[in-house]
Amino acid sequence: MDGITGLRDKYLTAIAAAEGEAALEDVRLAALGKKGEVSQLMRSLGGMSPDERQTAGPALNALKDDLTEAIGAARARLADAALDARLATEWRDVTMPGRPAGQGSIHPVSQVTEEIVAIFADLGFSVAEGPQVESDWYNFDALNIPPEHPARQDHDTFYMARAAGDNRPPHVLRTHTSPVQIRALKAGGVPIRVIAPGRVYRADYDQTHTPMFHQVEGLAIDRDISMANLKWVLEEFCRAFFEVDGVELKFRASHFPFTEPSAEVDIRCSWTGGQLRIGEGDDWLEILGSGMVHPKVLAAAGVDPEKWQGFAFGMGIDRLAMLKYGIPDLRAFFDSDLRWLRHYGFSALDVPTLQAGISR
Amino acid sequence: MKFTLGWLKDHLDTTATLEEITFALTDLGLEVEGVTDPGAELAAFTVGEILEANPHPDADKLRVCRVATVDGEKQIVCGAPNARAGIKVVVSKPGDYIPGIDTTIKVGRIRGVESQGMMLSEREMKLSDAHEGIVELPADAPVGARFVDIRPFDPVIDIAITPNRPDALGVSGIARDLAARGLGRLITPAVEPVAGVEPSPVPVYLAPDVAAEACPLFLARLIRGVKNGPSPRWLQDRLRAIGLRPISALVDITNYVTFDRGRPLHVFDADKVRGGLTVRLARPGESLRALDGKDYAFDGSETLVCDSQGPESIGGVMGGLRTGCTGETVNVLVEAAWFDPVRTARAGRRLRVNSDARYRFERGVDPEFTRPGIELATRLILDLCGGVPAEVFTAGQPPATARSYRLDPARVVSLVGMEIETGEQARILTALGFVVTEAEGGFAVAVPSWRLDVHGEADLVEEIARVASLTRLRGKPLTRPAGVARPILTPGQRREGQARRRIAALGYDECVTYSFIDDAAARLFGGGSEATRLENPISSEMSHLRPDLLPGLLRAAARNQARGFADLALFEVGQVFPGGEPGEQTLVATGLRVGATAARNAHGTRRAVDLHDARADAEAALGAIGAPPAPMIQRAAPGWFHPGRSAVLTLGPKVVLAAFGELHPRVLSALDVKGPAVAFTLWLANTPFPKARGATRPPLAISDLQAVERDFAFVLDAAVEAEAVLRAARGADKALITEVTLFDLFEGPKAEAQMGPGKKSLAIAVRLRPTVATLTEAEIEAVSAKVVAGVAKATGGVLRA
Repeated sequence: MDGITGLRDKYLTAIAAAEGEAALEDVRLAALGKKGEVSQLMRSLGGMSPDERQTAGPALNALKDDLTEAIGAARARLADAALDARLATEWRDVTMPGRPAGQGSIHPVSQVTEEIVAIFADLGFSVAEGPQVESDWYNFDALNIPPEHPARQDHDTFYMARAAGDNRPPHVLRTHTSPVQIRALKAGGVPIRVIAPGRVYRADYDQTHTPMFHQVEGLAIDRDISMANLKWVLEEFCRAFFEVDGVELKFRASHFPFTEPSAEVDIRCSWTGGQLRIGEGDDWLEILGSGMVHPKVLAAAGVDPEKWQGFAFGMGIDRLAMLKYGIPDLRAFFDSDLRWLRHYGFSALDVPTLQAGISR
Repeated sequence: MKFTLGWLKDHLDTTATLEEITFALTDLGLEVEGVTDPGAELAAFTVGEILEANPHPDADKLRVCRVATVDGEKQIVCGAPNARAGIKVVVSKPGDYIPGIDTTIKVGRIRGVESQGMMLSEREMKLSDAHEGIVELPADAPVGARFVDIRPFDPVIDIAITPNRPDALGVSGIARDLAARGLGRLITPAVEPVAGVEPSPVPVYLAPDVAAEACPLFLARLIRGVKNGPSPRWLQDRLRAIGLRPISALVDITNYVTFDRGRPLHVFDADKVRGGLTVRLARPGESLRALDGKDYAFDGSETLVCDSQGPESIGGVMGGLRTGCTGETVNVLVEAAWFDPVRTARAGRRLRVNSDARYRFERGVDPEFTRPGIELATRLILDLCGGVPAEVFTAGQPPATARSYRLDPARVVSLVGMEIETGEQARILTALGFVVTEAEGGFAVAVPSWRLDVHGEADLVEEIARVASLTRLRGKPLTRPAGVARPILTPGQRREGQARRRIAALGYDECVTYSFIDDAAARLFGGGSEATRLENPISSEMSHLRPDLLPGLLRAAARNQARGFADLALFEVGQVFPGGEPGEQTLVATGLRVGATAARNAHGTRRAVDLHDARADAEAALGAIGAPPAPMIQRAAPGWFHPGRSAVLTLGPKVVLAAFGELHPRVLSALDVKGPAVAFTLWLANTPFPKARGATRPPLAISDLQAVERDFAFVLDAAVEAEAVLRAARGADKALITEVTLFDLFEGPKAEAQMGPGKKSLAIAVRLRPTVATLTEAEIEAVSAKVVAGVAKATGGVLRA
């Protein structure tokens, strides 16, 4: 038995001293290999008496297990050390910039349009669309704008060329999104709640006007919709859009051919240091035009104005974007200056939702 | 429309403050655009008296004055020739701001003599251009009193008038609105007729072509023996305050009545008028030199007032120079007529004349005030210029405008959403001049002659709402849809957003470019047709509707390159216009990459963009909108792409989902873009929309059996397309082969050196998925053989040794 204790000490010492995989393997072969010392002893068990075997067998097996385990542990230790040594050589400059990848961006007009859609969707408004080249009937006549109205004159409206011999009135580039009111009513009838965002065109180009811009039309027709409902809807919209609880709107009597009564809507705000704050201060900023849909407009769209009534409004999407995100110049919206797009644009994954908040 | 507070008070007896009045005006729909108070800057100036004026010791033209002021006696050096002892003057003290010279004065020394203030001229107070001397105040002006109390200033209010308010183009109409609002009592003086001493010697004839519509009523009156000179100060002050230049008493009177009552008039020098007057339509080719000194040629649609020598005024628009009044006018012929709004507007527009008369006639002048208008003018002329009036010559009669509409007070409340009592509704309408009588179902409301804009119940509702004040309106909730909000976007609208955000996620920056482009750019992209031309573009750069998004994006790229950005990825989602009829528009999404794939970097990932980038982006975007995988690919991209480096992805032979490729070098140079440039376009509606179905996915069929991948390299003619190889390999065993990918291309001189001239090699990986049992080596060999045979048959390719 002393022999076994001696062997254990000898080999455990050798295992602990092994300084590499190869040395460890040598120790393993010397002890447990086919011709190893321990293996040979194991083989000698066959020549022992049963009593001797009774004690030597378990002792030898225990020795074998101990050595096997010690070798496993040593192997792991050596592997760790080797890995550490390798890792120590694998230094890299972690301050190197990563491989560049394009970021991409969403234009403010698209982003703000989605914000508007998200809010009005919650109020049950769907999204209607219409052509950008319109007949003068849809753009003007149906909206109670008679032929001699100043808005129909060249200096405001873009007309499409007419081929010689084509005696129809020239088509126009729609000057507002209001013709979508007529199209939506004709297509879907009443009751109706729609908004219609899109491009509109007016022959105007200066500091604050571009010949193309974006509007969103709103239309709600039912049996008993009133101007007070209009005010509530606009208040709710502004509260959600500007994310300000204390939004205050003021209706001011005005005139549009397609609504009656008509109101321009101002929002309470302050301008300090070039910064706009909605819902505070003593300034009022005009943000949209609105009113109760004119009976002639309803009739033009095939709706009986004796039985149905409701409101319509129109807001400038670009203007809302400018107010909300502090963008100074309308003309820059359509200039595609990369610096502007990246500064005022939005991340591809910033989809505005009510649950996540619609602002970025 | 400008007027002064004092002028308003000629018509409105009120104790309301200026602030209350301006708030009410805006609230009533007469939006105040500005209030200017010329006295506001003069509040600090006070009355002084020059006690002594002595010569300056060192300057001939200066005087050293002792002046009694609110702060006691002061020494003031003054250069005005009229500075002399005994006069009352306007004094400013050190620290006061002098508006006319934009300076804050201080105690100074003028040629060595101390001056403790300044005595002011009209120009220094911005009251006029007069600068001949200092202002001399009445002798009884108390020293120390504020100048603005001695000579009160009248604030000027400027309001915007919407087209539906012709009645508000006169101060009297504005006062009527304010009185209806409760801001005072309407006190517009009644107009008393003036008797004529002789029958009218100037007859007026309304030709049949104008008598019915264009000019149904024309009044004229001769006044003999007038003395035309400058009008009195009060009249000049009023006209000047609203931005008009006083001319002479006769002309000033017509302007005054125009603004006071919204009643345009005209005065002729009767001695220059030959014979009677005829009102008729113009004859094409006729012309007239008008009061503005310009010549106007007529096309036959204008209404003209003529004498025996021809046209002498453009009806409702502007008078003629030949018969205009001058300082020498002794006998004056006053005109008050009613011209049709539509014809007046058309004439003014065609001739490009803007006048106060046109502005009013085209909006609708009160026809019933034609006669009071001429009587009021007569009274003023007699008062200011003297003279003897003849009787009024009346040609025609006022157009019939009497009409009445039913009004249901309950409907008013229902539309406005505000409680306005029935009695209050009637009061408002009555105060505005409507005649309200009880009728079945509410009121019968007769419209006053000055409200030509009112055409029905809705207009009456608007009148009530604006006078009752929309500021008082309180929001009432609109019933919300019950339950959780339903989705509202159409599949097409949803798809547009998906494409947009996917393309942005690929690294593209979204642009919004103009829908109209120049003709040359449009032609490069298949556009520029007459049908898509704008009749009145604002510039030749914006003359045609865009046939494609690329010209706009390429021009944007060129601008950015000019700013020093060489590598760009721009995209737009928007409508393009194959034609000019409503509905001839197509929603497309286009991406453009220019320059390199990445900025210069240490990792070596920068390389020039190529058509394969464009294809990958197109396929990613198609995937985002739900296009089926692996569409067909055909060399059929539009002509603005490189003919050898572009293609379309189609569904079947015809449905084009997308185009991609390198852009044609000619297009790039025409649009000043430095290449390389690649692009893709998706026709968003061409990808089929999924048929309505549940959200359930088909079950996932995956096999536990080990998939096998085998690689093949083929030697091919260089012109053989990868797609042909891939298609042949896929088709070799449709049951077992699940995926074939191209993983290597070996071409060029080295490849030809190895494999022969005109040859290249493509290497593909074929993935096999066993269905019933793990594949044996023999089965794999069999499939491999089919792949090799299939590729050989389709392309002539052979396995590379």
